[in-house]
Amino acid sequence: MIILGTASDIKLLTKDGRRLDGRTNEELRPIKIETGVLNRADGSAYIEWGGNKILVAVYGPREAYPKHTQNINKAIVKARYNMAAFSVDERKRPGPDRRSIEISKVISEALDQAIMVEQFPRTQIDVFIEVLQADAGTRIAGLTAATVAVASAGIPMKDFVVGCTAGKVEGKVVLDLSKEEDNFGQADLPMAVLSKSGKVVLLQMDGDLSVEEFDQATEMILTATKRINEIQREALSTRFVAEIEEGGE
Amino acid sequence: MSKIRQIIMPGDSIEPEGLKPRNGVYKCADDKYCSEYFGVVQKGDQYVDVVPFSGPYFPRKGDKVIGKVIEIGPSMWTIDLNSSYHSLLHMNDTPWRTQSGDLQRYLNLGDYVYAKVMSLNEIKESWVTLKDVGLRKLEGGHITGISAPKVPRIIGKGGSMVNMIKDATQTRIIVGQNGLIWVDGTPENVMIAISAIKMVEKEAHTVGLTDRVDEYLKTKVGDNIGNSE
Repeated sequence: MIILGTASDIKLLTKDGRRLDGRTNEELRPIKIETGVLNRADGSAYIEWGGNKILVAVYGPREAYPKHTQNINKAIVKARYNMAAFSVDERKRPGPDRRSIEISKVISEALDQAIMVEQFPRTQIDVFIEVLQADAGTRIAGLTAATVAVASAGIPMKDFVVGCTAGKVEGKVVLDLSKEEDNFGQADLPMAVLSKSGKVVLLQMDGDLSVEEFDQATEMILTATKRINEIQREALSTRFVAEIEEGGE
Repeated sequence: MSKIRQIIMPGDSIEPEGLKPRNGVYKCADDKYCSEYFGVVQKGDQYVDVVPFSGPYFPRKGDKVIGKVIEIGPSMWTIDLNSSYHSLLHMNDTPWRTQSGDLQRYLNLGDYVYAKVMSLNEIKESWVTLKDVGLRKLEGGHITGISAPKVPRIIGKGGSMVNMIKDATQTRIIVGQNGLIWVDGTPENVMIAISAIKMVEKEAHTVGLTDRVDEYLKTKVGDNIGNSE
């Protein structure tokens, strides 16, 4: 008997070692980031990462409410990851669920490591991550775009947060899983680091990897984050291509 | 000395070249300094700063700012300075002989004041005062706003930019350090002045802005005179 949806009946790698969408094992999907897409927000970004389409808005730092949530020593980073009802094949029931609450938490904690929260006691920084179209790796795509939005809001940061996923498909370690590989593969490993120092700020794993495979996957991700960081930087600088001159009083 | 400005991103390292690192710079390793902001590096005679392209205003002692009354307490007004933190104005820091519980006779909700940041503590609570020359309640006029890091550009070297807009549009303008701007004059002139201010904000990082604003004002004001005659 064939049970649909198990790894056995779907071929994820072709004979010449390419993946379903024609990528090699270490190839990323195309990534495009834009900033300043929302006028009302203090900072904003829009990312297209393969089939993912995600909008991020940043507000603050502003006084934290309710007042008992205020921290006298630092700002609190409140990220909200939300999937639109139309973002997946089957309608997603709107509102926070177990999965999105968890993702919101890990993204908040990852951003908290990069933002200089000690500079803004008693405030909160709101980061709204709206997934318009999901195609595997949304948490990492959302986080990558959120960093750009925070930087464009003029909020001080130690470093960029940049993330990528890797996983295991038919026994091979591959970079940046697509929807099919995520659903029918053997493992999924999203990871985010601070771009300069390489400090890990987010790491989750779904499925099983051996120690060697884990090392190989993280190594792949670290190399890929360099390229993704370039795209982040480009997204910011293209808004200021015009010549810069000395101004001021 | 004016040098070409260099665009910098968070985490990028900065060569202080013997200068002292100041605003927007943090120590990211021993003897190594990095930028906090997405902005431009500004090297002065003594200090290196990173000036962000955008961002919120943070009260500094002595800043003259424009604020809006958002709450009235028994002895204090809460002032919104368009910042991450609200500020407080105590009744004893005003030129009026106020009585506790009778504050709305002097300043009501939604009124604007031109005030000075008097004191600031470790947890960023701040107090403003109206007791200094030129500080007052702003009556009439329009309020517009720009992002706080662009305030120096609106003022221009020695006030050249704001004076040019004032003269050309025959309006009275007060620029608060927090980015709020009060403009008073005839409605047509106020609209021209506001559009010129928005133009400066949008093109703050470009070369030869003063000349372009001058030209813009001339055509706009010229149009107006032509229409009225």
